[in-house]
Amino acid sequence: MTAQPFIEARGLSKRFQAVQALDDVSVIVNQGEIHALVGENGAGKSTLGKVISGIVRSDSGTLLVKGRAVSYANPHAALQDGITTISQEISLLTRQTVLENVLLGQEIVRAGVLYRRAMLQRFEELQALTGFSLDPDARVRDLRAADQKKVEVMQALARNAELVVMDEPTAMLPDNETVIFLQMVRQLKAMGRTIIYISHFLQEVLDLADSVTVMRNGRTVRTARAADETPDSLVTAMLGKSIATMYPSKSPPPPDAPLVYRVSGLTSAFLSPVDLDIRAGEIVGMAGLVGSGRSRLARTLFGAEPITGGRIAINGQTVQIRSPSDAIKAGIYLLPESRKEQGLLLKQTARQNVTLPHLSGLSNLGGWLHSRRESREVVEILKALNVQPHAPNQRVSRFSGGNQQKVLFSKWLLRRPTVFIIDEPTRGIDVGAKQAIYQLIADLAQQGMAILLISSEIEEILGLAHRVLVMRLGRIVAEVPSVDGVLDQGAIIRAAFGAESPTAPQKEE
Amino acid sequence: MSLLNRGKRTEPRSLSALLLDYGIVIGFAALFMLLSFQTEAFLTPRNQLNILDQAHQIGLMAVAVTVVIIAGGFDLSMGAIFAMSGVVAAFVARDLGQVEAFAGAAPYLGWIAGIATGALLGLLNGVLVTFLQINTFVATLASGIVIRGLALIITQAEQVRVPDDAFQALARGSIGDFRNTIFLWLGFALLMTLLLTRTRLGRYIFASGDNPEAARLAGINVNLVRTIAFGISGFAAGLSGVISASKFQKAQNDAGQGLELIAIAAVVIGGTSIMGGEGAVWRTVLGVLLLRLIENGFNLANVDTFYQDVFQGLIILFAVALDALRHRRR
Repeated sequence: MTAQPFIEARGLSKRFQAVQALDDVSVIVNQGEIHALVGENGAGKSTLGKVISGIVRSDSGTLLVKGRAVSYANPHAALQDGITTISQEISLLTRQTVLENVLLGQEIVRAGVLYRRAMLQRFEELQALTGFSLDPDARVRDLRAADQKKVEVMQALARNAELVVMDEPTAMLPDNETVIFLQMVRQLKAMGRTIIYISHFLQEVLDLADSVTVMRNGRTVRTARAADETPDSLVTAMLGKSIATMYPSKSPPPPDAPLVYRVSGLTSAFLSPVDLDIRAGEIVGMAGLVGSGRSRLARTLFGAEPITGGRIAINGQTVQIRSPSDAIKAGIYLLPESRKEQGLLLKQTARQNVTLPHLSGLSNLGGWLHSRRESREVVEILKALNVQPHAPNQRVSRFSGGNQQKVLFSKWLLRRPTVFIIDEPTRGIDVGAKQAIYQLIADLAQQGMAILLISSEIEEILGLAHRVLVMRLGRIVAEVPSVDGVLDQGAIIRAAFGAESPTAPQKEE
Repeated sequence: MSLLNRGKRTEPRSLSALLLDYGIVIGFAALFMLLSFQTEAFLTPRNQLNILDQAHQIGLMAVAVTVVIIAGGFDLSMGAIFAMSGVVAAFVARDLGQVEAFAGAAPYLGWIAGIATGALLGLLNGVLVTFLQINTFVATLASGIVIRGLALIITQAEQVRVPDDAFQALARGSIGDFRNTIFLWLGFALLMTLLLTRTRLGRYIFASGDNPEAARLAGINVNLVRTIAFGISGFAAGLSGVISASKFQKAQNDAGQGLELIAIAAVVIGGTSIMGGEGAVWRTVLGVLLLRLIENGFNLANVDTFYQDVFQGLIILFAVALDALRHRRR
């Protein structure tokens, strides 16, 4: 490692209005390494990535690229030095073809007309280089997410990228496609490219990266070799304090706890008959690959997708669920998987979000709102869930991710549900907020709520559930009980992938 | 400390964000002061009342379409509903006036029939848009063409005259120096303000425009909410059309062409986002009045009306640019 570093940042600072996003940050990224940046939301890792890739300009400090001081005015300027970005969301022209996307801005023309043969040739060179096999004429929107990421990688290579800043690239990918994506990142490294890898998934980071820089409150805590770190050591550095354990201790319901929720023979266009029982105080985990029908089942139980048959009973009473409003009346609430697309009204205040499902109880017969009571109740729930700031009249988009998720929880806990279906409780939020939400879920169960917990992060299921159901291809294929308080992770994963392929790739250790 | 926070806006707001949010207030106040200094005729009570009176036509529709836009829709059929409602009102008033038993009540029944027609057509728009899941822009463009076509068929392109002078009372009546129309449109604006800010339906309207899926998962019948919003805009276009018929004691199939566009322009100038989910009626009221001030100012200054159009167009462009800027900052 005597070679000149690719990137050397010296004392970078950046302020966004009231927030000091970067505070005197110095970091060295060597040529040809995968360098991970980890930290809680707001720690400054994305901002650092954006300064390096020319999306954001630092207020002060020096950025050396291959020893030369630069200050990029825009991403295009960074690209001239071979630096580009791949982020969480796909930034492709989804209605255009793979070929058009890969060579966007690099089109080969002859006599002012696109020269398809030469472009195809260039495309095939890139395919050979990466080992991908994508159809150049497929529309990007028809590809699965991991293949869309491949298109982004090829696009970066077509632009002669030497350093790729990857900001949460796997956050939107299902587990099985994440595996494919990570292989691709290793391949890029093998091709001599340098990668700055920003991620919340610590195990993924440790498996992948050569070095890891931990950030906290806009400063770097330390840079170390990934081999010398563990998830625990990273979390401790990120939080600035040691945490005994992420998950609260489990207290399963007593054996005679009443059966609160009973679903028998539930069917829909996408579900084979589903049977499901949850007792008071029980947390039933629902595992399975993305696309296995977990979220579909959740939505169907909530009346958001049509039910074609079967019976749902609450405390022994059969209930008819034809719409979300029926479910809410029956005391079945759903915290949906995507907080921005299905959960929150981003342009409205916290108050308007929290009370939306409960306005009938907060208004008179004519629909006139009891504003004062509404305010009082919202402040109470925001405080109870420790939403920061507990400002009911702040636009929900102005809260941090973790606090937005807490607002979403507040929305569904303003009135206590009998059955609470929680789909992906902690997606895209920082470690501190995650821990608070785990504690909350455990507390709700303790208070006697029946909880169905769906998560793509198997640790969450293992850490919280009292019993696990595994879904595959629209049906529940296995039930994994807890034996002496321990759930058999291997059994869950085998069932999720189907018994015929027990050696299928798995992300978790 | 947390008690102090209660109920207050705690967002940090920069000066430029405030300017963006309250551009319409500043623009309105600036133009008002400019006109006050420029011409003596402007600040007279008579001229002010005239401005308020003349604003009713666009005002009613603009306030109503604000509700539709906040709910995530668009209504391009208001001009046609305006014409149809006027025609129906005039027909009923004229023809029932010839039936002895109804002669006295005919003008009033005409008003009611016209306004009801507007509301009904609006609800039909709502059904078209929501239950058939057609894009609101195209759906109301098409329904507007159909409605205007029907108006042409039933009038045979002839003016419908109402002989009974009582028919005029809606538009020309007044309380003191204030024309009925001023009460009607400002009253409607107040009503819609209360609806949007103080009622359950108002919350549902914002929710439906902000994120229809989240609204649905909160148990809201988004289709019903949007249908009601279209009913409101149909009602307002109908009322506006009936007032116009009442004023001239006649109606015709080609009345109110393009009024919907001016109404939508007033909404945009006021600062309500055309993306839905946010906005306010008071903004639209100022937007409507701003357009009236421009017209009034140009008239008082004897400037060619051609320039007026260019100026209004530029103001609309400016307002849309501000809206885009606001969205980029978020």
